[in-house]
Amino acid sequence: MIRHRKRNEKDFWIGVLSLFLFVLVALPAQAELRIDITRGVVEPLPVAIPEFVGKKTQEQEIGQKIAFVILANLERSGLFRGVDPGAFIEKNVSLNIQPRFADWRVIGTQALINGGVKLELDGRLRVEFRLWDVVAEQQMQGLAYHTMPNNWRRVAHKISEAIYQRITGEQGYIDTRIIYIAESGPATHRIKRLAVMDQDGENHRFLTDGETLVLTPRFSKTAQKIVFLSYYQDIPRVYLFDIETGIQERLGDFPGMTFAPRFLPDDSAVVMSYAKEGNSDIYVMDLDTRQSKQLTSNPPIDTSPSFSPDGERVVFNSDRGGSPQLYTMNADGRNVRRISFGKGHYGTPVWSPRGDLIAFTKIYQNRFFIGVMKPDGSGERLLTESFRDEGPTWSPNGRVLMFFRQTPGNSDGIGDRIRLYSIDLTGYNEREVVTPLDASDPAWSPLIP
Amino acid sequence: MRRFLAMSAAILLLAACETQTAGTGGARGAGGASYAGAGSTSAQQELGANVGDRVFFDLNKHEIRADAQKTLKAQAEWLQQRSSLNITIEGHCDERGTREYNLALGERRANAVKDYLVALGVSANRITTISYGEERPVALGHNDSAWAQNRRGVTKVN
Repeated sequence: MIRHRKRNEKDFWIGVLSLFLFVLVALPAQAELRIDITRGVVEPLPVAIPEFVGKKTQEQEIGQKIAFVILANLERSGLFRGVDPGAFIEKNVSLNIQPRFADWRVIGTQALINGGVKLELDGRLRVEFRLWDVVAEQQMQGLAYHTMPNNWRRVAHKISEAIYQRITGEQGYIDTRIIYIAESGPATHRIKRLAVMDQDGENHRFLTDGETLVLTPRFSKTAQKIVFLSYYQDIPRVYLFDIETGIQERLGDFPGMTFAPRFLPDDSAVVMSYAKEGNSDIYVMDLDTRQSKQLTSNPPIDTSPSFSPDGERVVFNSDRGGSPQLYTMNADGRNVRRISFGKGHYGTPVWSPRGDLIAFTKIYQNRFFIGVMKPDGSGERLLTESFRDEGPTWSPNGRVLMFFRQTPGNSDGIGDRIRLYSIDLTGYNEREVVTPLDASDPAWSPLIP
Repeated sequence: MRRFLAMSAAILLLAACETQTAGTGGARGAGGASYAGAGSTSAQQELGANVGDRVFFDLNKHEIRADAQKTLKAQAEWLQQRSSLNITIEGHCDERGTREYNLALGERRANAVKDYLVALGVSANRITTISYGEERPVALGHNDSAWAQNRRGVTKVN
């Protein structure tokens, strides 16, 4: 019996194919089950996930919840569709025997995920799962995890992540978190709080009490630290917040407002804007030496900087040409090039973690769009449009964008709804990311280590 | 074992999250005043009623308009008669821009007002500036009239 089949290199084959056809690549017969996520999926892969089996009641309860969370994760990706459990013919799919593939094929299943839960004598929980290609009648993956019983949800995310990786050949974004700004109260006196949650909306918690206006949080590469803008004591400055220690500190000792912070890709420094006598320029502050370096110096506004993943280029927002547009420059501020040339205004550029694209907010004729373009400005593609779509953030695999959307209420501006949404880079699978209150300024964490 | 360690680390991470509001500094803070200068209420009322405490800007602009020049001249005179008062200029924007660009634009507007007052003889030492970007609108509608009211520089007595 194969217990802990290791993923090997060839499993991580990355499909880079043309974007012309919108088909699901799930080849039957001998070819391996695979989804090419560079294509728009019109027909999600049918997956069956029976409740994970267990002997004791507690094991069965956890097994039920784990199966539910995995299915929800996979369905949210837009790549999978759950087969109705009412149609299952084979019950109690034990880990110790091969599934009856014909019974799964006949109800339209292509992938089967089964698993088992066991409470060990030392109090730990052991969760094991198998991923089966029902058509080819072979096991694609099998892994086991140990954790404490109250950490079952994290295991469900780990399993979902493993399945996503196995079937798409790419790193996923399921075991991640979102930090964002929770909003409440009337627009004139809006209360804004830092909040963090798992990618699926669970484990939600507020990190600040709403006394102080906070904006634009962003994660570090390790997901342990956050930079954000706080109006603490009515002095708007960039703060660094360590989730592990709970320690916060004002970043640097600038006499004027600092804002629009982001970590550099290696976490060694933070890039941000500093407004000196009304003029905003871009600075990089080294987190070890606390020395800052000025990258732009001219009268127009330079803000919203974001580094390329190789750390060599910076994309930013500037109105040096007369209106807010996107520019790139070298990490030392040289070699500035304008990259946005479409109609309208551009803002909040964010470099993809894959390096291949820049996401942005576009404003044209009082409508807001989320779009992407190549780093040289070519290939602009708009993914969303509404009264207000703003502030894109990339999933760590560079395949999904999250942003916030404001839906107006009545004509007096009462009853507005501001929520988080995600959309695949293909332009498909737009969906709301459910939050307890209104929400804005999302930032997606890297995969949790 | 490696996996178990990873899970343990995750638990620690979650536990750390729960204690975060106990931290000090930027994310919390006493006061809760969203606006600068809740201090001299009567002076503020007088400024608002008799002089005009705010000026308005054109879309995406920070230049002081002709109507604003008149208001700021009156403000400068009023301030020169009350040399003990210090002020904060708030720069505000409408919602038709990105949040970050508006923070920069609000800062530019607040400084445009400051520069104008200084040119009229008000000591720069008496003036601080703050940008609220689009975070503190006074008019709620999503229309030109509301946006025109929100693109403003407000003089607050400290």
